[in-house]
Amino acid sequence: MKTKLTAFVLAGMVTAAPALADLVVPNLSYRTGPYGANGTQYADGFNDYFTLLNERDGGIGGEIIQVPECETAYNTEKGVECYEATKDTGALVYNPLSTGITYQLIPKVGVDKKVLYTPGYGRTSAKNGKVFEWVFNAPANYWDGASVAIKYLLEENGGDLSGKKIALVYHNSAYGKEPIRTLEELAAKHGFELNAIPVEAPGQEQKSQWLQIRRDKPDYVLMWGWGVMNQVAIQEAANIRFPMENFIGIWWAGSEIDVGPAGAGADGYKSLTFNGVGMDYPLYDDLKTHVLDTGKASQGGEHVGSAVYSRGMYAAVVIAEAIRKAQELAGTAQINPEQLREGFENLEISTERLAEIGLPDFGPEIALSCSNHGGSGMARIQQWDASAKTWNLITEFTEPDNEVLDPLIAADSEAYAKEAGITPRECN
Amino acid sequence: MDQFFFAAEVLANGLMTGVMYALVALGFVLIFKASGVFNYAQGVLALFAALTLVGIQQGQIPFAHLINAAFGTSLHHFGWTVPAVLAIALTAGVMVALAFLIEKLVLQHLVGQEPIILFMATIGLAYFLEGLGDVMWGADIKTLDVGLPQGISDSIEGATAEWFGYGFFIDRLDIWATVIAALLVAALVAFAQYTKQGRAMRAVADDHQAALSVGISLRFIWVMVWSIAGFVALVAGIMWGTKSGVQFSLSLIALKALPVLMLGGFTSIPGAIVGGLIIGVGEKLFEFFIGPMVGGATENWFAYVLALIFLVFRPQGLFGERIIERV
Repeated sequence: MKTKLTAFVLAGMVTAAPALADLVVPNLSYRTGPYGANGTQYADGFNDYFTLLNERDGGIGGEIIQVPECETAYNTEKGVECYEATKDTGALVYNPLSTGITYQLIPKVGVDKKVLYTPGYGRTSAKNGKVFEWVFNAPANYWDGASVAIKYLLEENGGDLSGKKIALVYHNSAYGKEPIRTLEELAAKHGFELNAIPVEAPGQEQKSQWLQIRRDKPDYVLMWGWGVMNQVAIQEAANIRFPMENFIGIWWAGSEIDVGPAGAGADGYKSLTFNGVGMDYPLYDDLKTHVLDTGKASQGGEHVGSAVYSRGMYAAVVIAEAIRKAQELAGTAQINPEQLREGFENLEISTERLAEIGLPDFGPEIALSCSNHGGSGMARIQQWDASAKTWNLITEFTEPDNEVLDPLIAADSEAYAKEAGITPRECN
Repeated sequence: MDQFFFAAEVLANGLMTGVMYALVALGFVLIFKASGVFNYAQGVLALFAALTLVGIQQGQIPFAHLINAAFGTSLHHFGWTVPAVLAIALTAGVMVALAFLIEKLVLQHLVGQEPIILFMATIGLAYFLEGLGDVMWGADIKTLDVGLPQGISDSIEGATAEWFGYGFFIDRLDIWATVIAALLVAALVAFAQYTKQGRAMRAVADDHQAALSVGISLRFIWVMVWSIAGFVALVAGIMWGTKSGVQFSLSLIALKALPVLMLGGFTSIPGAIVGGLIIGVGEKLFEFFIGPMVGGATENWFAYVLALIFLVFRPQGLFGERIIERV
């Protein structure tokens, strides 16, 4: 309620007096509804990093960053309404944290010339910048995630998955269906048997699915879940005594709130991640000094350091770096969305730069270009320690199998280009 | 043969799941039976009850976010925890207080209004309570532990493995839910049949005007019925919240109760139970036999298809009172 009120007041302020000199990065968040627990943490991380830049550095290049919030409730129609309500306020870039909303915004941002940044979600083939000029999804997408998970399982099985059974438990939505095509290709390549099992949203009741898993006895279960689906799936897996170390979720099924309700039963559960975990990074010292201790943290700072908070913060880091790059290229601090798009297309976040920011080894290196809007696609595996209540990183960043993914991305993006009447750009 | 036993296992689990649905449906039936109001807020009542239970149990300070924002404090918890039984009793007290407030602030002003107006009022109530729950206890997912066991029942698995060569999966939480639902229904039936207040409740359900004319207080009955529905919501919230953690999607379990009501009838307590069992078994068996042929995830929509089929042949539901209007 408080957040809604704040968002309303902020939206009103923006509408009443657009501060066009500021850098406006709307936060299309969801703090209410079935997915509110996840959305709140992400939004807090996103807000807090920009607050840190404003408080510590006076913004980026001397320009204050405004982050007006608009509540979408993870509802596609509301998400589009939020976009429409904020796009004329000087908005540079959108990050709606919803694949459904992303699909609706992709055609719109091309017309309105706004950047759409969808790290780790959205339309996978948006990696092809020749077709999706305004959309960026670095550092990794769902197909990268699926491939990195299979690569990990290959390593665990001495490079051979032939004859193994892998089940995919997925949210029966655009988001949940994203990895199926890739996994089918990887199944054909590596000889494992794939069984895709849908769960109807929101996923409060999954008895049928887990009885099927108990009967089929897959060697591994992958999960593309979100919200309550994750908590119930992990609990049901524990109930049927499925070995947790053989259960791997996508990064959106890898937060503390996903494993919490199952308690000790969740011990050993694994998930993908493309960002660091915990608070053992120098950036948190600055965050404490300039944001937490001064009472400026989003929602009081109670989620600082959680997995989803960290991911929201990481999204803000990438956007901030793209803004910096855009300012450098444009020679002005007051950039517009076209210039920010240039910034994204020339973005380079090296290991050294991440360390300078105060987040050493927090994410993979990112180097984008006109044709590559998705980065290297590297991700790593984390594992839940239920007694310590912490995620532990158990692999280094791993590259996906681009030999399989590149043709899929080319095919999907070209099909979209044909459907939308887009002529792909000629660039590298 | 394995396929047969697996189908039997699905059926058994369907029955158990049906009990969980029936727990939610019961609250709807109680209020509809006594006041003719379809309480859209029943799912949110379950959420609110579960949030309050965890909040009390964990010693959470209600409205902490609001207090902190207003006074610049950083309060979260009182620093104590409350035993589960006491927390459940206190939560039941909160639900009674809530029932009193609902009657006083909403229903009292709508006496004699069309049922659709009362239905609209419960929609408003649902959204208000959801927001209130958020402001009072926060949006985080909370772990609910009142000591109910979860996970596979080893004794059932062992026994069925010995008898049939196939160990059945039955969740211990579902067994508890079944026992608790049976006790709850027995208590409700006994209350309605053998107590003065119960008979008054039935009299109001039969005819408001006639009940009023013999001196039964409509206000008292409404507070009582909403209190009982609040308690049933608390039980449903505990069962569902133990499984998934207490979170805002809990309010959506009401969607699972609708086909149960359509099938069992809006005015019958046994109807809610039998309806729940039929829906639970029906959706699970359909998913098992037909699901793989149509891509799966059939449970949500099939429950409604099943209810519609029953509705066509018996509009008042299996156990509902037949609507006869004579001119």
